[in-house]
Amino acid sequence: MLIDQLFVVLIALSLLGAVIAAVLNGRPKASVRVAFTVSSISSLLGLAITLLVFSQGQMRWELPFASPFGSLSFTIDALAAFFLGTISVVTFAVSLYSFGYADHYEGKYPVGMLGAMFNIFYVSMVMVVSSSNAILFLIMWETMSLSSFFLVIFEHRHEGTVGSGLFYLIMTHIGTAAIGLGFLLTYAQSGSFDFSSFPTAAQGMSDLLRSAVFLLWAVGFGAKAGIIPLHVWLPRAHPAAPSNVSALMSAVMVKTAIYMLIRCYFDFLGVQDAWWGIAILAIGCVSALLGVMYALIESDIKRMLAFSTVENIGIIMIALGVAMVFESYGLNELAALAMIACLMHVLSHALFKSLLFMGAGSVLHATHTRNMEKLGGLAKRMPYTSAMFFVGALSAAAIPPLCGFISEWLIFQAMLQSFNIPETMVKILIPVALGTLAVTGALAAAAFLKAFGITFLARPRSRDAEDAQEVPKSMLWGMGLMAALCVLVGVLSFAILPVLDQVSSPLVGASIADSLVDGIEIVPTVGEFSQVSPPLIAIILLAVMAMVMVLSQVYGGRRKVVKADTWDCGTPLTARTEYSGRGFSNPINRMFSWVYRPIRTFHETKHPSPYIRTEMRYTSTTEPVFDKYLYGPTEAAVRWVAKKVSVIQTGSIQTYLGYIFVVLILLLVVLRL
Amino acid sequence: MLTSLVQTLLILALSPLFTGLIRKLKAYFQGRQGASVLQPYWDLAKLFHKDSVVSQDASWIMTATPYVCMTAVIAASFMVPFITTSSLGFVGDLIVVVYLFGMMRFFMALAGLDAGSSFGGMGSSREMTVSAIVEPTILLSVFTMALISGTTDLSGMSQSLATTGFDLVRPALFLALAAFFISTLAENARVPVDNPSTHLELTMIHEAMVLEHSGKHLALMEWSSMTKLLLYLVIMANIFLPWGIDTDLTVLGLATGTVAIILKLLVFSLAIALVESSMAKMRLFRLPNLLTVSFSLSLLAVISYYIL
Repeated sequence: MLIDQLFVVLIALSLLGAVIAAVLNGRPKASVRVAFTVSSISSLLGLAITLLVFSQGQMRWELPFASPFGSLSFTIDALAAFFLGTISVVTFAVSLYSFGYADHYEGKYPVGMLGAMFNIFYVSMVMVVSSSNAILFLIMWETMSLSSFFLVIFEHRHEGTVGSGLFYLIMTHIGTAAIGLGFLLTYAQSGSFDFSSFPTAAQGMSDLLRSAVFLLWAVGFGAKAGIIPLHVWLPRAHPAAPSNVSALMSAVMVKTAIYMLIRCYFDFLGVQDAWWGIAILAIGCVSALLGVMYALIESDIKRMLAFSTVENIGIIMIALGVAMVFESYGLNELAALAMIACLMHVLSHALFKSLLFMGAGSVLHATHTRNMEKLGGLAKRMPYTSAMFFVGALSAAAIPPLCGFISEWLIFQAMLQSFNIPETMVKILIPVALGTLAVTGALAAAAFLKAFGITFLARPRSRDAEDAQEVPKSMLWGMGLMAALCVLVGVLSFAILPVLDQVSSPLVGASIADSLVDGIEIVPTVGEFSQVSPPLIAIILLAVMAMVMVLSQVYGGRRKVVKADTWDCGTPLTARTEYSGRGFSNPINRMFSWVYRPIRTFHETKHPSPYIRTEMRYTSTTEPVFDKYLYGPTEAAVRWVAKKVSVIQTGSIQTYLGYIFVVLILLLVVLRL
Repeated sequence: MLTSLVQTLLILALSPLFTGLIRKLKAYFQGRQGASVLQPYWDLAKLFHKDSVVSQDASWIMTATPYVCMTAVIAASFMVPFITTSSLGFVGDLIVVVYLFGMMRFFMALAGLDAGSSFGGMGSSREMTVSAIVEPTILLSVFTMALISGTTDLSGMSQSLATTGFDLVRPALFLALAAFFISTLAENARVPVDNPSTHLELTMIHEAMVLEHSGKHLALMEWSSMTKLLLYLVIMANIFLPWGIDTDLTVLGLATGTVAIILKLLVFSLAIALVESSMAKMRLFRLPNLLTVSFSLSLLAVISYYIL
């Protein structure tokens, strides 16, 4: 009983908070305080619900009124609880962060609306993962999309923001259309919109229909998750949104799509055909590899992080695909391992990506620029922000024993088990995916090295960076919480994995908790295949580090560390002598020029004497492949059709009345028959 | 526990020797007399007694990096079998070892950027470019061995191959070995990828990154790089060709293990010296050809395990 009361309180509190924040819009300080206090409390409630569901079993609550679509009910089982928990933890930290971050909008934008939408956004995500009725789900999904759309266009006076927001809105609606169609096809079988009727309905479908529904959901939820080629809205919407919102969108909103993919495939459709898993695996590989490659050459920190989200969604899809492949061959225990790896990466990506977006927001707050080429030297000016961004970057680069490493380790382990698959073709495909994942990992390290190194190290490259100051305490608290969790979730992963097993076992039909964790060891498979102990790695690293520090002082005596100029070959060093971000990634840009398709132009103003150069101009950009070859033509086609259809839109009211009359007659005739 | 501690100390103590040996062999092939094989020890000893100079533009990363690098190689050598297969394999497996090297590279490249000179940035940028292909190659080639031996624990891999004899030998092993050898050259800044004995900005990768380190810090950086080279050679010896390694901790076993590993390391040192004396360093943008060849070899190795 307690759980559903908490759930109702959570919803009511969030809505109330949203209303009060909106009403207080005229008094920005009070409004911010109310809005984010409410969102921190409601996210703590969300966390409490998660813990209660894990300890007491699932929760179900019905809206107390009848509807034509069956009972509008909310159900929180282990899977929903896991995502609810992830969303709530991230929202809590981001709420703390927002107290300080929202400050700089005062007087420029309606802060009250930011707080109101923030609360609605959170509660809509909560209801998305807990809805157990298709219509209710779609309403919540739409609320989530719209509230996030309004948040994206919050800084509407910035050039391009509204355009990015609209692009996001269109993409997300294409997705919603596909999802809705999938639900309708299932409804046609089951005759009920209740999710609990879907599994049996799916059993009754023909193979073709089931595969069609599979594809519709892959496209629909894929558009929200940001798989390539439906990813184009991420690098537009994430940088345009306020940083606290980008943190939520990138870290958890895209995960609601992953939640629904798991729910739809494992719960509703049941994984039967191996090609489904392989399709998801292929989508994952392409997204991971291209995502990280675009992230690497990006100079805008927030765009870079958005592309990295595409990459990580790809990695999650790889793990999901592997789980589906194993499941379709009846290898339930291996499917459980892959599913746990997938969930672990969902969690770790949520943690480090929200941390990194908050870090990028702090940099933006302090320097008013997202362009790495204008930053630098922030490690000394913003020591705490830089240290926390560093932890996030280490996690994203999968450095042991942080959270990103553990999830990647588990995914590798799951993939190495593919020799158990009976079919040779599939066995060959998985090693290719393994290679892709390995390359992705190495490129991700390079991308985050660049992001941290160029932004925070060496000398400032502009006045803004030079004058940067540490951000307010509340922002540091928000980031600090996530940084601590990145470390703790990694080191204490042996305690978290059994919980994830509780989530995955009803889905894949096998529990491996007993064999997965042995004391502080993680032993992913039966037998002696492999094991790792994150806490021991942490202890060894710390102990060895201490020893190295002491012994190196003992041998050779204590020596001074002198501060001096960097070696400059006799020319004073300025910001222009530093390596730039673009220069850093240029070798990789050249090496993979068949992916990036760089466009270089070189202009020179001629002078009569060949020895005098007056003006030279060099530009280098990468071709926006997807915009040019996919979205451009699609948009042109839509415009063409619209133009043709517009012939009947005369604009005169008499014609429209005529249309209505004709349609009415037609309807009467048709319905009569 | 004790054995892995002893082995780690041995690896640390012997690493300058093998670097010196490779230099001596190179000198021999080039018709020079060359410095004593013990020269790296004297260099390190001298550097440990000197003050360090740190750029005033640099942050704490620059100062922390030497210690982190040393920590990473020591932690990695706990998990690598050297004379005997008894090591701390339960703490971490080959993925942990590869990612510990990744951590070392991450810090080293950051320190390269930290001083704000073009050289450091150039070195970091090139290092990350090379590692973008080399790290996956290493992972895949060691994965091949993991699949062949049925474990990802490095000691376990060594043990199972050494005790089972030649039944486990497959074509995949040789493909993986070739890929791993090329990666070893690339990861340890050897010709044809990098030249360890030059400070010319056009050619250098590793040396450019450590350019701003000095004194005690430089000693740690150099020593950790030497140890990393030895660790790669040891992994190559004990994972791909583990025969002779001690598996039961008897006196006889240990004696054979010691002789076997020294012989294998001598052969590898000779191979590196030969490669370095007979080849020129490649242009940076020719490197992707070589590296993708090695990546393809390792991918083929994994795939051929499944097919054959």
